[in-house]
Amino acid sequence: MGFPHPSHPGETVVLSKHFGDAGARTHAGWVERGGYEGLRKALGMTPEAIIEVVKASGLRGRGGAGFPTGLKWSFMPKDDGKPHYLVCNADESEPGTFKDREIMRWTPHALIEGCAIGAFAMGVERCYIYIRGEFTEPWAVMAEAVREAYAAGTLGDNAMGSGKPIHITLHRGAGAYICGEETALMNSIEGRRGNPRIKPPFPAAAGLFAMPTTINNVETLAAVPHILVRGAEWYKSLCKGNPKSTGTKLISVCGHVQRPGNYEVMLGTPMKELLYDMCGGMRPGRTLKAVIPGGSSVPIMTAEEAESALLDYEGLIEKGSMLGSAGMIVMDDSTDMVYQIMRLARFYAHESCAQCTQCREGTAWTTRILERILSGKGKESDFDLLLDLADNMTGTTICVLSDSCAAPVVSGIRKFRGEFEAYIRRERAPVLELA
Amino acid sequence: MSAGHVVDAEPYEPVFTGETMAELERRFAEYPNKQALLLPALWMVQERRGWISESTISEVAAVLGLTPAYVKGVVTFYTMYHTHPVGRHFIQVCTTSPCGLCGAEDTVRALLEHTGCGEVGATSADGRFTVVEVECLGACGFATPVMVGDDFIESVTPEKVPELLARYP
Ligand SMILES: Cc1cc2nc3c(=O)[nH]c(=O)nc-3n(C[C@H](O)[C@H](O)[C@H](O)COP(=O)(O)O)c2cc1C
Ligand code: SF4
Ligand code: FES
Repeated sequence: MGFPHPSHPGETVVLSKHFGDAGARTHAGWVERGGYEGLRKALGMTPEAIIEVVKASGLRGRGGAGFPTGLKWSFMPKDDGKPHYLVCNADESEPGTFKDREIMRWTPHALIEGCAIGAFAMGVERCYIYIRGEFTEPWAVMAEAVREAYAAGTLGDNAMGSGKPIHITLHRGAGAYICGEETALMNSIEGRRGNPRIKPPFPAAAGLFAMPTTINNVETLAAVPHILVRGAEWYKSLCKGNPKSTGTKLISVCGHVQRPGNYEVMLGTPMKELLYDMCGGMRPGRTLKAVIPGGSSVPIMTAEEAESALLDYEGLIEKGSMLGSAGMIVMDDSTDMVYQIMRLARFYAHESCAQCTQCREGTAWTTRILERILSGKGKESDFDLLLDLADNMTGTTICVLSDSCAAPVVSGIRKFRGEFEAYIRRERAPVLELA
Repeated sequence: MSAGHVVDAEPYEPVFTGETMAELERRFAEYPNKQALLLPALWMVQERRGWISESTISEVAAVLGLTPAYVKGVVTFYTMYHTHPVGRHFIQVCTTSPCGLCGAEDTVRALLEHTGCGEVGATSADGRFTVVEVECLGACGFATPVMVGDDFIESVTPEKVPELLARYP
């Protein structure tokens, strides 16, 4: 539901059904609401059969890349005698995204259950949930839920009486956006600086502690118990657009809408319905100017593109952007696009791990040029310089943080060039003073 | 505040003794090697001492079988570890775009004024508060989120600042 708002009839409430219901947080409360049935069912199946169900459901990764989850799970080696790991990515730091936080705060056992099913399916005995350091409240709720799950025998050396060991350890981050990148996150758990690793090797071959590892987002894992209980066909039927985009998705909406919050919709729902019916549209007297639909790392959409888009993986690619983590940043006609793009570039410059020259230098340089434009000292040649930098920052680095900084700059210049020109041609008063 | 040359009070009292050491040792069972306990051990230090000094870096290194230089390299990568003392209440305010669109900069100004910190990164003269700007706190729909120590407060506006600060003597 559009938490903290009541559910809207246009939503399809699966993951968010118990948001705001403190009774669902306890082990007993979760069981009363039908919880741990998915795990019970999974423990009676073969690991291969579980992976087949997840594959057939069409579930795709909710952390940003949209990779098919069942297929990812099937890459894990079988009977290789090595320890395997499942890592849950609860680093949620992508500007605009705040959904995993609510899953952990309200339905911690849904995540524990999803982790346990994944662990059993992939021959994992210990799963790590990496929670960003600032999430103190979700941490406390998760810690209590894990404690209860052990006390109830749901986790432990003989999980739910199955004879199989399934353990979960919570691991706290310490402030670094880049640790959301999967290999940086693994380094962070290993007690290293959070630098992304060069791939290959891919995590399924050599991930955490150099062992076969699968990493999944919180929302991805929380969807798995529902799929086990209600079946792949049911999950596949939750689809309004392209059949390659199935299930429900939590869309975090922030910025200039009347009712920001987390809305759960079937993939393929028109963005217009979300923005105007569910979120109540713009503030009085304001009109939509732009939307960044997938967390800050995806290309900016104009109002026209946004209003005609379908919210799914293919629908947003068709409009030149991406679904990403579905953190939607909504901007109305009062927004200074140049300033916002500078602020995003500054974010990436701050968060670059600095291993790759193109990213370290490119994010900092891009920020400085945008600051200069905003201070009234821009030049016409800055367009070429920014686009040339963006070109050098795309597809050339160890991870895609560098590309993420370039995306809003390139789309911003293409779609809102006039706003840059107004500063450069001194038609608009500077808003920054450079030291 | 300038980081300068900050040292612990002498004589140095180790953190990892008695129950604290026992707690760390219990956690060894959850990881295949000791190095993986580095972030957890640093959190244990910061929870008990408020910041991470050169002396505790050496102690953590010895406890986990690492070198002090290695530990320092890790500590300085992460923004939440304090390498010098901070105010009694450490305040983090998000100013990334989504919050900026909804007035985060006004909230920062109000916090700087009412805490007496004056500027971002500074500690108030009475040692009560330090205010810093941080990047996205993962609560963008509830602008402006503010953390005071471990407390996470949503939807802070300039008007709510005096009442909020009064809760942290
Ligand atoms: C710079 C960067 C930051 C990322 N941050 C996150 C994050 O905070 N949470 C997340 O789940 N995935 C994040 N990802 C994506 C992960 O690398 C990975 O694709 C994801 O956790 C896989 O899970 P999924 O298949 O369930 O989506 C990030 C990627 C990059 C490049
Ligand atoms: S692209 Fe940037 S963040 Fe990613 S590995 Fe290279 S320097 Fe680090
Ligand atoms: S941008 Fe402020 S919490 Fe995300």
